[in-house]
Amino acid sequence: MPARKPHSVLQSRRWLGLGLWLLGASAAAQTLTLVSYGGSYGRSVEQAWVEPFMAETGIEVRMEDYNGGLAQIRAQVETGNVFWDVVDLTTPDAVRACDEGLLEFVMLADLPPAADGTPASEDFLPDSRSECSGGGLVSATIVAFNRQQFPDAPPSRLEDFFDLERFPGRRGMRRVPIANLEFALLADGVPIDKVYATLDTDAGIARAFAKLDTIKDEIVFWEAGAQPPQMLADEEVVMTTAYNGRIFNAQILENQPFTIIWDGQLQETSGPGIVLGTPRLEIARRFIEFMSRPESLAAISKYISYSPTRYSANAMVDSHRETGIAMGPHMPSAPANMNRALISDWLWWADNGDEMNERFAVWLSR
Amino acid sequence: MAIALKRWNRQALLAVLLVAPLAIFVAVTFLAPLAAMLVRSVYQPAVAEALPETLAALAEWDGDSLPDEETFRIAGREFVALNERRALGSVATRVNRLESGMRSTLLGTARSLAADTPAASWREAMIAADADWGAIESWLAIRRAGEVITPRYYLNALDLDRGGAGEIVVRPEDRRIYVSLLLRTLLISIAITGICLLLAYPLAWLLAHARPQRAGPLLLLVLVPFWTSLLVRTTSWIVLLQNQGVINDLLVTLGILAEQQRLALIYNMTGTIIAMVHVLLPFMILPLYSIMRTIPERHMQAAASLGASHWQALRRVYWPQSLPGVAAGSLLVFILSIGYYITPALVGGRTGQLISSMIAYHMEQSLNWGLAAALGGILLLLVGTLFFIYDRLAGVDRMRLGG
Repeated sequence: MPARKPHSVLQSRRWLGLGLWLLGASAAAQTLTLVSYGGSYGRSVEQAWVEPFMAETGIEVRMEDYNGGLAQIRAQVETGNVFWDVVDLTTPDAVRACDEGLLEFVMLADLPPAADGTPASEDFLPDSRSECSGGGLVSATIVAFNRQQFPDAPPSRLEDFFDLERFPGRRGMRRVPIANLEFALLADGVPIDKVYATLDTDAGIARAFAKLDTIKDEIVFWEAGAQPPQMLADEEVVMTTAYNGRIFNAQILENQPFTIIWDGQLQETSGPGIVLGTPRLEIARRFIEFMSRPESLAAISKYISYSPTRYSANAMVDSHRETGIAMGPHMPSAPANMNRALISDWLWWADNGDEMNERFAVWLSR
Repeated sequence: MAIALKRWNRQALLAVLLVAPLAIFVAVTFLAPLAAMLVRSVYQPAVAEALPETLAALAEWDGDSLPDEETFRIAGREFVALNERRALGSVATRVNRLESGMRSTLLGTARSLAADTPAASWREAMIAADADWGAIESWLAIRRAGEVITPRYYLNALDLDRGGAGEIVVRPEDRRIYVSLLLRTLLISIAITGICLLLAYPLAWLLAHARPQRAGPLLLLVLVPFWTSLLVRTTSWIVLLQNQGVINDLLVTLGILAEQQRLALIYNMTGTIIAMVHVLLPFMILPLYSIMRTIPERHMQAAASLGASHWQALRRVYWPQSLPGVAAGSLLVFILSIGYYITPALVGGRTGQLISSMIAYHMEQSLNWGLAAALGGILLLLVGTLFFIYDRLAGVDRMRLGG
């Protein structure tokens, strides 16, 4: 018998090794896949949410990039092969995905309360999330210009974007109806609270397109969010619509002479959703809970100029980690920037998005 | 004999086994998804499965006046029940595609009916909840969304629709987009194929008939861009062609253009054509090159010795022999360009967009995969038809990718 002893030790070691390997494999199965937009925003998400989450819970998070859109999520849900767990979505995309049954529901009651105990249900900005989204961020589509091209009298109002006489030169515009129809009506004198009611009528839609017609020949259309700052830097356009965070990065990190016209800004929200049927639902919910905390939402403002969708988090916005500048004035929801701010009505877009997209495509090709 | 047959059988079996992995791969990754998408373009059972009772009641409805109280009650109850199971959203999106605004009508009505079940008339309660229920169009949209097998995606893809009585009508002018986009896609693809051929033919000739030590580096010049990332090549064109780009700057500096006359070379159809010709050029050069290499130079010398001029020899001796390469390259470039997406999206601006942009929109944004599939189906049919015509004219068996 003693002769067998070393062998059995060896064997038990082997079993131990196998056990450890299995343990490792199951821990690997508990790696959360978080899908976001990449670029400077993706890096902010990593620093503000992913790293602290991993430190707090020990759960491994793997980040993947995408460009928005829902085809991937739908394909994963329909084939039952879900490998994305949490996906960062714009609210209109989240609403559509939620309708289509592609996302898990996220109950407000499950989200953490504010520091003073205010429940999440009273702490979120109205209509800032879908029924499937966690806490999120406000971004703005704004008009920005290159100061070097307007040394004397720079533009200051949304109307100036449509004023080719006083501000000649080409304009950049995203090749989608969303934001552009709203800007056209605002610049045409429609008050903030009447924009979507106006778009509800055929005459209102015609009015928006007629306003766009006035600058049509001077528009350079862009597709990806990285393009407008580049177009401004290249002096390819004198003014462009853009996402405020992209312009902020160009201003602060690249020292570009860009100015944001906050007048007439269009605010949109985004937030993460959980892909329906993920085998990692438990840790996905923990991640949503973590990043929906007011302090987590506020933390992202150390890296990029997007505002939290929770009131209590807005009070915690501090300074930019890399440069130390105060972030307050750069936020879409800063009071000074809110004088004429339109909140994008995603319910209206959910009802009319497809029709507007077709009309916009017709307008483009005319 | 029997032994020979046996051996042949074994060889046949071996051949089948060798081909099997590829055949299975193609079937699983290409044919099956293609078939599934084509099925989607006509088969959409989601609404019919979700609203069986409402659709049964609407089947008996005349479609001229509002449905009766009974239909309202059945529909209202079904909406509420669906919404409780959180299944009304996908129905609402589908009805909304036929009648904008129905998404919020359905979801809002289901919510208010659940909060306050009508004691008396469901009809009045529903019209009070949303005036859209008083419009015949809303009910027609629900009935039509309930069709399991439907031609509507193909109709929409051709800018057609059906009127109240089911007759085929042309869609209103401000929503007619797909036919003109399809035509533009065809025209741009033909132009790209033609330009590629014009540029590639002399180059391929040079490659095929140059001395090997010169042909090698030349071929490398063709292949290096081919191996470079598509996005890098596309964005390089932006740097070159844009209004303040290298080419315009050069023309202005040389005094050929005035500052105000800078050419619009990008963010329009010109940009799409230039960038796509560059991206697709290797697909024309390589088949041409491999065919031209097999054409003996003696043929041209023989033609010359028989008194043919250079031009005659090229036209009557060389060109016919290179036709299989021309055909292969042209077909390849045409089929690739007809479905191209990234390059036109980035440099196409307003007038350089192809049908692929709408397919991408319906795949990614609107999730209207039925329409995306129908648009894809029409493209497939177009390419198939062209291939058939081509086969009749030129014969596919004459097409060769290499000697």
